[in-house]
Amino acid sequence: MARPLSHARPSRSEHALLSLGGATVFLGVWQGLAASGLVSKFVLPAPSEVVTAGLTMAVEPFAGDTLEGHMIASLGRWAMGFGLAAGIGVPLGLAMGYWRLLDAMVSPIFEAYRYIAPLAWVPFAALWFGTGIGGPVMVIFTGAFAPCLLNAYRGAQLVEPYLIEAARTLGASSLRVMAEVLLPGALPSVVAGLRLGAGLGWQSLIGAELIVVSSGIGYVLVQGQSNLAPEIVMAAMLAVGLTGLLLDVALQFAESRIKQRWGYPP
Amino acid sequence: MSDIALEGISKIFPRRGSEFTAISDVSLDIPDKQFLAIVGPSGCGKTTLLRLVAGLEVPSAGVVRVGGRAVNGPGSDRAVVFQQFALFPWKTVRENIAFGLKCKGVPRVKREELVSRYLELMGMSGTEDNYPHQLSGGMQQRVAIARSYAIEPQVLLMDEPFGSLDAQTRTLMQEELIRISRVNPRTVLFITHGVEEAVYLADRVVVLARSPGRITDIINVRPIREAEGWDRRASEEVMEMPGFGHLRARIWRLLRQAMDAPSAIRSPD
Repeated sequence: MARPLSHARPSRSEHALLSLGGATVFLGVWQGLAASGLVSKFVLPAPSEVVTAGLTMAVEPFAGDTLEGHMIASLGRWAMGFGLAAGIGVPLGLAMGYWRLLDAMVSPIFEAYRYIAPLAWVPFAALWFGTGIGGPVMVIFTGAFAPCLLNAYRGAQLVEPYLIEAARTLGASSLRVMAEVLLPGALPSVVAGLRLGAGLGWQSLIGAELIVVSSGIGYVLVQGQSNLAPEIVMAAMLAVGLTGLLLDVALQFAESRIKQRWGYPP
Repeated sequence: MSDIALEGISKIFPRRGSEFTAISDVSLDIPDKQFLAIVGPSGCGKTTLLRLVAGLEVPSAGVVRVGGRAVNGPGSDRAVVFQQFALFPWKTVRENIAFGLKCKGVPRVKREELVSRYLELMGMSGTEDNYPHQLSGGMQQRVAIARSYAIEPQVLLMDEPFGSLDAQTRTLMQEELIRISRVNPRTVLFITHGVEEAVYLADRVVVLARSPGRITDIINVRPIREAEGWDRRASEEVMEMPGFGHLRARIWRLLRQAMDAPSAIRSPD
């Protein structure tokens, strides 16, 4: 019984209970603060108001669509931008890990690019691809691309050189070496990169939607602000957070499944 | 007819601002279906020599020919068996062996047939669906050897293939290799630092000296192997034969000389 509480690893049920407890205390303090009247409801809406606003938006259209409709629009853009980032970033990263020449050519450009915040691309994204689908997709792409490429690149560099040599002496083409040796060899790193990229892409998306579009969760946020409805802004933020969490849980699941399929420990 | 021909091969590596001569002017012919072993002290460039034949390194001078064609990069006419086995951990035994066949564009049915045939040859039938990590070291190397044989290469290049196995497994694998060479004779270039292993397996043994790597002697084992009928005997019996003991002692003496001899090139301090 007498185990040091601060270092003990909580069991599964304890962990769930603690998470729930933390959330309850947080919401309780927030609700109490809002209900006490110490802060104006225009500065801090109560959690109950936020939930009500969210539920109302789920059935009554706001800013042109229901909350689900906006969410689907956002998710669609995210999927396109992230898919593009993964589809280009992973093969390019693996190729850079394989050909030093390509590495030397691309690395300096990439190193400079990856310190530019995704939102900095908004003006050019709008200019080049418009404010409908193309622009936001490009912003998501710029957010998700770096971790996709970087993790594939680092993973490829960690693949045992003798495995690559074995494949080449067995007559494998460069393409086959990348698909059948570098990709599976770098897989744990690649999927970790995809998860990071998915998260960063989702964050960039909301930023992009604040500026350039007329649908999506980011747009709901902006409309809530101009309607002086802080509870709507907060509800939209909550929806963004929860969806991000769900995406990550789904990707975590996919990650362990993929690793299992390729014979890696989960 | 010579199957592997090294013509005046040198290999120089850049090292810390200067140059390091790994191999200096090596010429060697390996006739078709001959089993040739190379022994030498560590650092004599024996692995480099194999990598040059494999096309994994480019010679600084000279030409390597296999089957008359100059080597220009790796190719499936020269299969390599690595000391680390180099099996793909995410592929099953079947997929590992089929890999080279897929690269060659062998159709599926034929692939399956070849996989089964060479697994059987290596005494590994029934392991098709295992992953490499589920097998012992000796079994993994059997799979790697089966993978090399399956692409039916012109020559087999073996780089200390049994170096990481325990002594008992190594002996078993050596006997196995003798047996397979009889069923399925190939031109083999075999790198080892084990003198007994070289004498036991090879038709000819090449002794290398280091700094720089160069050939000091070539010993013809074949006549004694045939006269004493080694291939029909168990390995412990072979090691008691007078011819075997004599050759082993002779190669040890050559190796000692190779290690004691002053370097042809002053070694960098």
